[in-house]
Amino acid sequence: MDVSIKILRYDPESDRKGHWENYIVDAEPEERILDLLHKIKWFEDGSLSFRKSCAHGVCGSDAMVINGENMLACQVLVKEVGNSLKIEPIRGLPVVKDLIVDMEPFFDSYKKVMPYLINEKEPGDRERLQSPEDRDRFEDTTKCILCAACTTSCPVFWTAESYVGPAAIVNAHRFVFDSRDEGSKQRLEILKDVNGAFRCRTAFNCTSACPRGIQVTKAIEDIKRETLLNN
Amino acid sequence: MQTTRTDWGRRQPPIGGSSFELQAWFFMRVSGLVLVFLAVWHMFIMHVFNDTLNLDYEFVAARWETPYWRAFDWLLLALSLLHGTNGLRVVIHDNIADKTIKKLAHSALYGTSLIFFIIGTYAIVAFVRQV
Repeated sequence: MDVSIKILRYDPESDRKGHWENYIVDAEPEERILDLLHKIKWFEDGSLSFRKSCAHGVCGSDAMVINGENMLACQVLVKEVGNSLKIEPIRGLPVVKDLIVDMEPFFDSYKKVMPYLINEKEPGDRERLQSPEDRDRFEDTTKCILCAACTTSCPVFWTAESYVGPAAIVNAHRFVFDSRDEGSKQRLEILKDVNGAFRCRTAFNCTSACPRGIQVTKAIEDIKRETLLNN
Repeated sequence: MQTTRTDWGRRQPPIGGSSFELQAWFFMRVSGLVLVFLAVWHMFIMHVFNDTLNLDYEFVAARWETPYWRAFDWLLLALSLLHGTNGLRVVIHDNIADKTIKKLAHSALYGTSLIFFIIGTYAIVAFVRQV
């Protein structure tokens, strides 16, 4: 069947702002949106730029706005979104070219929450042990692939660049509730800042946008409560 | 085998901010809950048990004979003003990017709220029934 695709294109060398371009692609209902983008790039217009790496929903590099919602192009099938598509770069981050955005501000926020295990004690000859119950506490937030679908769907992030955003809080959650970690106090101290977890207005956009099904808003609320109890 | 620790990849933790946003967040939850009871109670008294058409000077004067009702009204005034002001503070903070306009909007908001609070508190505390 014919699928009509409108893509918000932007070439920094010739455009002052983005413009829409239309393409018609022949596709099967079971094909992924990424396949359609490839068809355009390989056979129609080689100048179309987008990121992709693993193409199987694991690396998180092809998040984009498809028909108004943040999705991974490699995870969504044509039959799920219909034969009339509008594709834009994710919002709130500077566009480099076409569907490619500058992810640096996103990763800067991520680094802010110290997303690594902090434990000054030597582990000894074995790994640090943890009970299955303790592990379950943060199971959900280990699934994050840093695709930025949540952060760039957040209305607060769109207007306030300084907000750390849902992804950073999710990754803080992953360590704050890890029984082996000892850096929770420092992370919560960072997240109680004016641009930390309390900037979240519980719009729930992040939860619906997450391609891994992480309960993002719930994780943020967990962090808020933990901050309150630890203050 | 024990490996030697290095400082590779370690970053200095950024300095955290004040607890104001945390306290404001908690205040919104608590005051919201209290306000549900206060406002519903207030509505029942004014609109269900009494008719707003019959509410006159005598009604208010009789009500404010007791310190209990003065305290009730003052709490309703204070909590609703603070709750509303904090809500609007956040809306302004989120939606106005220009620093000067943001400062002006915040000042106007705090000023108006303060005036309302002073007038309301003065009325409740200083009211004396005129015979």
